[in-house]
Amino acid sequence: MSDATIDPRLTSGRAAPKRALRLSWSDPRFRAIVWQVVILGGVAAVAWYFINNTSQNLASRHIATGFGFLDRTAGIPIGESLISYNPAEDTYGRALLIGVLNTLKVSVVGVVLATILGTLIGVGRLSKNWLMARLTAFYVETLRDLPLLLQLLFWYTILQDLPAPRDAMSIGGAVYLSNRGLKLPTLDWEFAHTAALLALIAGAAGTWLWNRHARLRQEATGERPAVWPVALGLLAGLPLLVWAVLGAPSHWDVPALHGFNFQGGTNISPEYFALLLGLVTYTAGYIAEIVRSGIQAVPWGQWEAASALGLKRGAILRRIVLPQALRVIIPPMTSQYLNLTKNSSLAVAIGYQDLVSIANTTLNQTGQAIEGIAVIMAVYLTISLSISLFMNWYNAHIALVER
Amino acid sequence: MSTSTSVAPSLPIPSRDAPPGAGAVAWLKENLFATWLSTAVTLALGYVIVRVAVALVEWAVLGAVWSVPYSPAGIAQTTVCQNAKGSGACWAVIADKYRLILFGRYPYDEQWRPALAVLIFIGLYAVSAMRRFWREELILIWIGALTVVGVLMWGGVLGLAPVTDDFWGGLPITLILATFGLAFAFPLAILVALGRRSTQLPAVRMLCVMFVELIRGVPLISVLFMASVMFPLFMPAGVNIDKLLRAQIAVILFAAAYLAEVVRGGLQALPKGQTEAADALGLSYWQKTAFVILPQALRLVIPPLVNTFIGFFKDTTLVLIVGLFDLLTMGKVALSDPPWQSFSTEVYVMLGVIYIAFCYAMSRYSRGLERELGVSQRR
Repeated sequence: MSDATIDPRLTSGRAAPKRALRLSWSDPRFRAIVWQVVILGGVAAVAWYFINNTSQNLASRHIATGFGFLDRTAGIPIGESLISYNPAEDTYGRALLIGVLNTLKVSVVGVVLATILGTLIGVGRLSKNWLMARLTAFYVETLRDLPLLLQLLFWYTILQDLPAPRDAMSIGGAVYLSNRGLKLPTLDWEFAHTAALLALIAGAAGTWLWNRHARLRQEATGERPAVWPVALGLLAGLPLLVWAVLGAPSHWDVPALHGFNFQGGTNISPEYFALLLGLVTYTAGYIAEIVRSGIQAVPWGQWEAASALGLKRGAILRRIVLPQALRVIIPPMTSQYLNLTKNSSLAVAIGYQDLVSIANTTLNQTGQAIEGIAVIMAVYLTISLSISLFMNWYNAHIALVER
Repeated sequence: MSTSTSVAPSLPIPSRDAPPGAGAVAWLKENLFATWLSTAVTLALGYVIVRVAVALVEWAVLGAVWSVPYSPAGIAQTTVCQNAKGSGACWAVIADKYRLILFGRYPYDEQWRPALAVLIFIGLYAVSAMRRFWREELILIWIGALTVVGVLMWGGVLGLAPVTDDFWGGLPITLILATFGLAFAFPLAILVALGRRSTQLPAVRMLCVMFVELIRGVPLISVLFMASVMFPLFMPAGVNIDKLLRAQIAVILFAAAYLAEVVRGGLQALPKGQTEAADALGLSYWQKTAFVILPQALRLVIPPLVNTFIGFFKDTTLVLIVGLFDLLTMGKVALSDPPWQSFSTEVYVMLGVIYIAFCYAMSRYSRGLERELGVSQRR
């Protein structure tokens, strides 16, 4: 009886009343839909216009479309490559793969070195020694204010101005620096080395187990068994023993001058060296600032509390401050790693054959600009996404676990 | 603040590091020779610094060659420099080439125009840096200054001889790419940032996210390549956009994606109460955004904005790769002249000094501003 008198709006509980969509400009939902249709329609129209023009242009210039060119013989001479490559036979696909590998080669090494150098400089800026703090501040300020491309060209010119192989600078008669690059001796790899490497891995596992045992023992009895003698034995002694038992082979392939160039050993090309040097010194300036601000973000009371416990300065930094600073450091560090990877594309200016350089040659040879640029963008997006995912995982891993 | 000092003006302010009146020796002891490790570091660094400084002075000043004779045909005789190579700098290359490096191939007699344009740019930065100009009028100042720069560079009106942009080069190109890039990217960035934050328009939000992430995920070079080889394909047959404009569009798109993230940071930092208060007053979306949200959000992001601008300023050097004649490219062009080919260090040093002068001034300003704004927020 009374049911009929209850306002229907009250029966729907706490949820907002769902009104029917009115086809009127005063309905916000209607407005939102109209705006979205208009904007998406505009973007689609511009895209269609571009695509239409492009297909007409491609047809009139007789440029092929699609990725069929990847299977054709490239004929691009490539100076350095991690995998075998023969310009007379191998395809554009393989050439581009070499480009990707070269990009990764310089990025991975660059990220590791820049992190080490940047951390050292960042800690140096906080040094109590005035000279050290000033000098590192000067480094950061100068390197960050110079365009990376200028630095790369500068380093590359310096490396090219080095003496010819005949008058190469030598370090201990094994390492040579000349305008052909840096020559390093290599070890002739034999079974004994593989075995020693495996022994080292086993030793590391053993050390970890012993450390765990020591910690448990300390927690149980308060007495901590010495770790370092066992660690030394397992990490240094065991691999050396394995290596010695297997005949202790150690033949180094030392570079030597034959005619106009060096033979033997391995070569770091001037292009790679200049690119790596430029990327590392430039990015280290930014990483130093991130590390410094991260450490400074840790409250001063943490330092004081730790020193009240009797910890030394080094131990405070390692055990108390850095683990807390890392939480501040990781997110901006991720974008620096991404920047380094993207900046490695400047290689094209000094002739290191990274992905952009090889893709650029490819699109000049085939005329297939759209496909070439699509390859570059796809690869960089994949790399960026992978680094972001990894760093996000790591960030979640070290994040403060709160109740 | 002034009252506390007036109470006891004769009291010396106690120093944190040293007891009062200890002077220079105590400072040295505290900051350079505190422990044996610190002493060792000081001595080692001091030795290196002195050695480097001495070598630098010998190279740049004492052994330097400041001018070279010219042959009757006007070709530089660089034998003096060749002989001094390794022991002294050859600043004669700068004396010979600075006009080319700074202003490119702009007609020699008209080079006061790019020079004036550079001064206008610097004046524009100085005005924008002053807080008393942080109002709507600043937009008019920017429009006016950029118009004057355009008129000066192109000419063709007011009795100025027309100069097409094929002849532009050097510092004006660098400043044009960076400044016009910022001026056009900024409004776009605000729209993208607002779109990315909108809850009502999911399709627009997706579009903005895609734009920002796509551009930020790839290197600037690939965007520049896209502009230089793909734009011509996008246009109908016969329409040709010139190289400078193509690179400028690439820089604008690239800058917009990065600035959008900076602006979004400012929008997120604003308390929600501001939006709700504006809604309660019955303001429309655009009224709310223009009069309540943006004035506060943009003020918050000025320091990161300056830092982003420093980044673009340096990134304009990348147009070297697509064949535009910016400052760095002009340096390389100057070095392609046979007599001067082996004196690249001197030219790079000059270019480095110019870039550092601009970037250092901006980063100093940004840091000072951060401190100032931080102070007002802590209170």
